[in-house]
Amino acid sequence: MLYALKIATRYLTASKAQTALLVTGVAVGVFIFIFMSALIGGLAEFILSRTVGDISHITIEAETDDPSVLISPEGHVLVVAERVRTRTATLSEAATWLPQIEGVPGVRAVSPQISGAGFVTRGAQVAQVSVTGVEPGRESAILDLAGYMVEGDVRLGSGLIVLGRDLADDLALSIGRTLRLESSNGVTAALTLSGIFKTGNGSMDSARAFVSLSTARTLYAMPQGVTRIEIKLGDLNAADATALRIRALTGLDAVPWTDGAEQLMEALNAQAQTGYFLKTFALITIVIGVASALLLSTYRRRPEIGIMRAMGAGRGFVIFVFVTQGALIGLMGGIMGAALGYLALLPFPSRDAFEPGTLPMDITQGSYGLAITLTVIGAILASILPARSAARVDPVTAIGQ
Amino acid sequence: MSALLEVTDLFKTYGTGEAATRVLRGLSLRLDTGEMAALLGPSGSGKSTLLTILGTLMKPTSGSYVMLGEDMISADDRALTEFRNAHIGFVFQFHNLLPDFTALENVIFPTAVREGRETPAARARGRDLLSRMGLADRIEFPSANLSGGQKQRVAVARALMNSPELVLADEPTGNLDRDSANQVMDLIGQINREEGTAFLISTHDEKIAGFCRRQIVVGDGVVTG
Ligand SMILES: Nc1ncnc2c1ncn2[C@@H]1O[C@H](COP(=O)(O)OP(=O)(O)O)[C@@H](O)[C@H]1O
Ligand SMILES: [Mg+2]
Repeated sequence: MLYALKIATRYLTASKAQTALLVTGVAVGVFIFIFMSALIGGLAEFILSRTVGDISHITIEAETDDPSVLISPEGHVLVVAERVRTRTATLSEAATWLPQIEGVPGVRAVSPQISGAGFVTRGAQVAQVSVTGVEPGRESAILDLAGYMVEGDVRLGSGLIVLGRDLADDLALSIGRTLRLESSNGVTAALTLSGIFKTGNGSMDSARAFVSLSTARTLYAMPQGVTRIEIKLGDLNAADATALRIRALTGLDAVPWTDGAEQLMEALNAQAQTGYFLKTFALITIVIGVASALLLSTYRRRPEIGIMRAMGAGRGFVIFVFVTQGALIGLMGGIMGAALGYLALLPFPSRDAFEPGTLPMDITQGSYGLAITLTVIGAILASILPARSAARVDPVTAIGQ
Repeated sequence: MSALLEVTDLFKTYGTGEAATRVLRGLSLRLDTGEMAALLGPSGSGKSTLLTILGTLMKPTSGSYVMLGEDMISADDRALTEFRNAHIGFVFQFHNLLPDFTALENVIFPTAVREGRETPAARARGRDLLSRMGLADRIEFPSANLSGGQKQRVAVARALMNSPELVLADEPTGNLDRDSANQVMDLIGQINREEGTAFLISTHDEKIAGFCRRQIVVGDGVVTG
């Protein structure tokens, strides 16, 4: 209906100030919508990256063994051995699933690990550490170890160990020095400090040690298999679904990070709800604004509508004229608001450079297309009532002879 | 002369009960093709009511109405809208033009709304009609800026746009000065003679009625002469 479009645009351009005001009002609503999207999205991104950016998104772990059972000395050797074998068997099998896990869509990195407890001794000084054996080349697969290195090299080889800053300081160790590590299995190894990291996380920097997977095999007497497999995903939010897929594919007990993170999820959800609430309000404001403006316009144009009806314009034509006005207002306001929103978000630092103390606005999460689409749909819906009332205008009373 | 339209035993009552106004009370009338008729009667006699019914903008309370062989009483809104567009032109006393459109855009509206767009052919005919109405220099003028007489001439041009068989004019010169009124009536008479378009023009001005060959007088809800 090209002709109805012409009449609609003429009506809008005929009262330029009124149309400009209306479009600006819509644009403000869209601006709020976009600002909220960027803020809520950026905030969630910020919180997630701070809390779960460095942890495994999906973890496959052996059934946790009670160490007291392991070291129980009273003639229960068989039972203990069986338990140990069961655990080892499960995880050595798991290791064969690695290529398959890597093939699951959304999986970005897979890190098979052997972890355990141990003591680091240097001279008379002793410190308890939690040891993680990772595959050389995958040191930074889960925790961005390379990014946290302050001295030396992240690369793990046989006979090498990487420690946290605080631990290295406690033991007065520097790069190239040798230390003794005794595992909870009673195996002792002499290792050379090849790197020092600092994550800012106190317990990590003072009690974590990284060795190569083969070193860990010796330390924990595990010629085969691993104790856990950590998996990193491209999308944090896909953890639940991906864990299910991995479980179905391998039969392994894949646990997503969201298990045990209910409070965080609740907080993020509440935040997202607040965002939806505000965005809905912005849309409702737009709808009410457009509806009232068009209703006023139909009232003002009643005689003209009557003339058009008398001249042979059908009800559908009249409806189309007013719905098109609504759609045009929504489109113009939507584009204007989206452009303003984008411009307003430009000065904020990008998502990778969020600084504490500033609003973590994420310009990429402005939902510009969605904002424009919803606005146009909202404006069209808003124009239906005025359009219908226009179509019902009685030409006789409207022309008012 | 063949019958253009025929209404028989028309009744029209506005409102109900105490407030009921019985305007038409068994009015019958026949118009032939190419007629030039004046509709006379005092104010409140029901001239506008009759024109509105003949223009299919309103249905009578009872009675029959046949135009060009079609039953106008039983037709639905869509059919009547199309019928009006093709066969009936209107000139009203007030509120005639779309103020945000030019003279030409107003004139070609009946064709454009039917075809869904403004065609070059429609524009050419619109220009031609405006020139015949003596408005060659006002073609692209915003209609809101035209004088009263010019507006009514644009309205006549628009009424003729789709070459209707009948043009209904309700006091078209009612708020024009004598010269403008005469000019409009001259043009209407000229179109009637040249194109054979039938006109039914309501007025309570005897001089205006003098431009018409036939005089129809309404009173007490019927045709009295
Ligand atoms: N919509 C209406 N509702 C109630 N009464 C009306 C309406 N339209 C017209 N009337 C009444 O009908 C009578 C005839 O009006 P009208 O047809 O306009 O006469 P005329 O055009 O000859 O002056 C008048 O008394 C008028 O008040
Ligand atoms: Mg009247």
